[in-house]
This record gives sequence, structure tokens and C-alpha cells, in this order.
Amino acid sequence: MLELDTVTAGYDPRTPVFRGASLTIAPGEAVGLLGPSGCGKSTLARVAALLHRPDAGRVAVDGREVRGWRHRAPRDLRTAIGVVFQQPRMSADPRLRLRDLIAEPLRATGRRAEADERVAELARTAGLTGDLLGRRPHEVSDGQLQRACLARALVLRPRWLVCDEMTAMLDASTTAALVAVVEAYRREHGAGLLAVGHDRVLLERWCDRTEEWADCVRTA
Amino acid sequence: MTPVLSVRDLSVRFRMRGGRHIAAVGGASFDLAAGECLALVGESGCGKSVLASALLGLLPGNAQTSGTAVIDGIDLLAADERTLARTVRGRRIGLVPQSPAAHLTPVRTVRAQLQETLRELSGTPRAELRAAAVAAAERAAFPPGLLDHYPHELSGGQAQRAATALALVGDAPLLLADEPTTGLDRDLVDRTADELRRHADGGRALLLITHDLAAAERIADRVAVMYAGRIVELTGATRFFGAPGPRHPYARGLLAALPERDFTPIEGMPPELGALPDGCAFAPRCDRADDACRAVPPLRDGVACHHAEEAARA
Repeated sequence: MLELDTVTAGYDPRTPVFRGASLTIAPGEAVGLLGPSGCGKSTLARVAALLHRPDAGRVAVDGREVRGWRHRAPRDLRTAIGVVFQQPRMSADPRLRLRDLIAEPLRATGRRAEADERVAELARTAGLTGDLLGRRPHEVSDGQLQRACLARALVLRPRWLVCDEMTAMLDASTTAALVAVVEAYRREHGAGLLAVGHDRVLLERWCDRTEEWADCVRTA
Repeated sequence: MTPVLSVRDLSVRFRMRGGRHIAAVGGASFDLAAGECLALVGESGCGKSVLASALLGLLPGNAQTSGTAVIDGIDLLAADERTLARTVRGRRIGLVPQSPAAHLTPVRTVRAQLQETLRELSGTPRAELRAAAVAAAERAAFPPGLLDHYPHELSGGQAQRAATALALVGDAPLLLADEPTTGLDRDLVDRTADELRRHADGGRALLLITHDLAAAERIADRVAVMYAGRIVELTGATRFFGAPGPRHPYARGLLAALPERDFTPIEGMPPELGALPDGCAFAPRCDRADDACRAVPPLRDGVACHHAEEAARA
């Protein structure tokens, strides 16, 4: 289970972005979280991805309560979760070639030896062909860069995926292609998914169930 | 009726290091009448925004253009910078930008920016500027109470309206909206699109550049589909989105990829603009491709494909 229990979070403890948000995802389940612009759903996604320490409330991954937050949670917990953000340009180091971008989590966790094989495999899955892997972010399109960011999120074989508006910048065909990659990975590895967005049609088609932001946040 | 904008055989290519060329736009032709909205759709990197920059004369120095794009007797591709700056930008073409938050000047209030634009474009006397700025804000449904806010104090939708208000100041006959709805949520997309439509209904021509097919469906009269720098289909919006649907295989694939339809992607990825295949650029991804596709299909009868769905059946 990925559990968020009455979580309060924000960027200033005096004025949190939201209070008392709860959400539970079962293993292998795909949950869509729908909310309007600026409601705080991206902040919730960051908490669920263990990248942002909540001001109050409890977060648990696979039954283990997340402790030892500094700003983020300890790395051995975080590696269970793959994250894809809305804007590939802002979530990719502009100096890294796509090959190194995808392999970065392996390097960071001291598993460099697996990199070549794993990157080649994921590039195929994500549809990155030819010389694209040798290019830097400014030499590829948004769609191609987001494919690389998705591959990076999958490289450690996470049990959970958090996709925060993964396809908001992309055209219909690339959107369908990236969702297909996520779903193929989930079928193979039984990973759970939290997909955050405002496109109801997309999330209802993609996920097992969708939650409304207003229902997740109960102001105490 | 004479069109507001008439584009003929517009091509843009970029000269790169080592004598390479990137063909970003190839042979685009279309007319746009007053009160009409043409949606230019296609995936990112297909050349849509380059076409918009060409119309505004905002291409970088290594770009080479050919063809014509005539508005009000001025050929935008041949005009010099002085003509473009003094008579075209803002006065004949109003730009509704992609990310309004980045388009607005961060250190000045919306009021200051509107007043400056009014002074420059319409020569409003100083004494009347305040009232004129309020009126200009109201035309774009920007709340006058927020005029003294800085751009960072506005929400995405408010910033979009502020940018639209600026675009409308010069009473330009052509509005050019470049991905005006990227990053907005569905309600805001609908509202922004409807407001743009309202300005078209008021007698302006509207060129909507977008990858958001839902926004295009909502407000466009005609749809132009761009693939690898070329317009591959140009047709009425009702027949494109409704029955009988698009005739070009790429356009059919793009529509089928929508989550409310089949949700299946088109196999493969678009070609590099620097290394376009000979012949039809879509052929490598197309299930109808055969020997005929080794020649570039011309846009004939609204579609550029050797194996288009029959117009009769369509």
C-alpha cells in the first residue's frame, strides 16, 4: 500500500497548501487524482513521491511508515517510487545526454554496472530509437524528452509510480504512447500508480479509479 | 471576400553548422478570412511555432524563407524590420502568447503594461490612459480590480487574459494564438478558447496554433494538420472531428489517439526535420505506404496523401 493519512503540507508552515489529505493506493492499483489548477495536487504528488516533507500526517510505503525525513525521505525508501513530472525541460539536467539521464538513478545508487544493458532495454520500451540516446535535452522535442524522463523513472524497477501531469505538454499520440509504456510496465511488474492531472477523460480512461481533489482533502 | 491573411507556399529552413539544413516548414498555403478561426494542429516540433514566428518576422538570423504571406498588401516575409515593428506587430497581428506569465514583464503591473501598449499603438493621450486601460482590460474579461497586480500575483487564467488584453489593444485584424492553452486546466482551456472565439466572432481572423485537439474542436471553423513541417490536411472542422472524419492517415491516427476514442498511439515517432525521408514524411509510420509514397504528395483537394480516404466515401 501507498498511504497518505491526514497529510498537511505546503511551503510555509503557517499557511499550508492543503490540510488533512488522505489517499490510499493498493499494490498494482492505478489511481487518478483530479483537481483544478493551483489546488495543491502537485504538492500532494511530491509528498507521495517522498520528495517533500509533510508538515503533519503520516505517509507509509508498503506498510513501512516513512521516517527520517530531511527535506526528502531517506533514499532507500524513495527508490521504491518512480516519478514523472509535467515539464520535461525542467526535470532534466540540460548537460546530460539522454543515455546518462536515464542511467542517473543507477549511478546514484551505485549500480553503474547495470546501466548499459538497462538503458538499452528501457530505450526500446520507451520508443527512443537511433541516435536519440546520444543527444542532450535541447536537441530533442518535448515528447522525446518526456519519453526519456519516463525511462528514468522506470530504471530502478519501482513498485510505485507517481505521474504528475505527465502528458499535459504533449500531443494526443505521444500521450497515448507514454500511457501505453506505463501500463506495459505495470502489467509486467505489478506496480501501483498515482496519476495526477486535470484531464478527466484521460484519467478515467487510464486509471482503475479516479478521486476528486475535494474528496481527498477534508478540512478538519 | 478578400482574406485577411493569405499564405502561399511558405517555406522556412534553418542553416546549421556544417552546411546542413533543417526544413522546418515546407510549402504551406492557406487563406484566413475575417471572423474565421483556423486551427493549426500537430505534435510538438512539427513546425507550427516556426510558422507563427515567420508571420511575425521573429525568426532567428540563420533562417531562410521563401513564398509569400500577405496581410493588408504587406508581404510579411519580404518586409523589413522597420515595417514589421511599426505597422505589423500589434497593429495588424496581435499575438496571444504560449506562456503569458513569461510574456508579461515581471517587474511592472498589468496596468503599466496596458498603458504603455495603448500609448504606443493607439496614441491615447495621457489624460485618457487610465480609462482606456480599464476598457482594454474589460475587452479581454480581465478583472479591472487586478490591474495593479504584478504578473506573479496572477493565476494562470488571469495572466492569460492580461496577455490577451495586450494583444487586442492594437485592433489587429489577425489574432495569432500560439498554444494559448498549454498548462491550463480543462475549465480554463474552455474559457480561454471561448474568449478567443468571441474575438473572432467580433470580426477578427484567428489563427489558433495548438496540440490540444479538444480546444481546436471547440472553436475552429477549419483545421490544418501539420506533420514534419508540411500541411497534410486542410478541411472543415465539422467534417474533421465528426463524420466522415479526416482523410489523411496521420490525421486519422492523431484523432484515434485521443482518450475518448481508441487511445492507441501512432507507431513510431515523427522524423527529424534535418533528415526528412524522400517522399512522404509519414510513409515510414503509415500502413498504407507503397511505392507511390516515394514522391512527396501535393496538397490536393484538402489532403496531401497518395492513399487518402476517398472524398466520395468521405
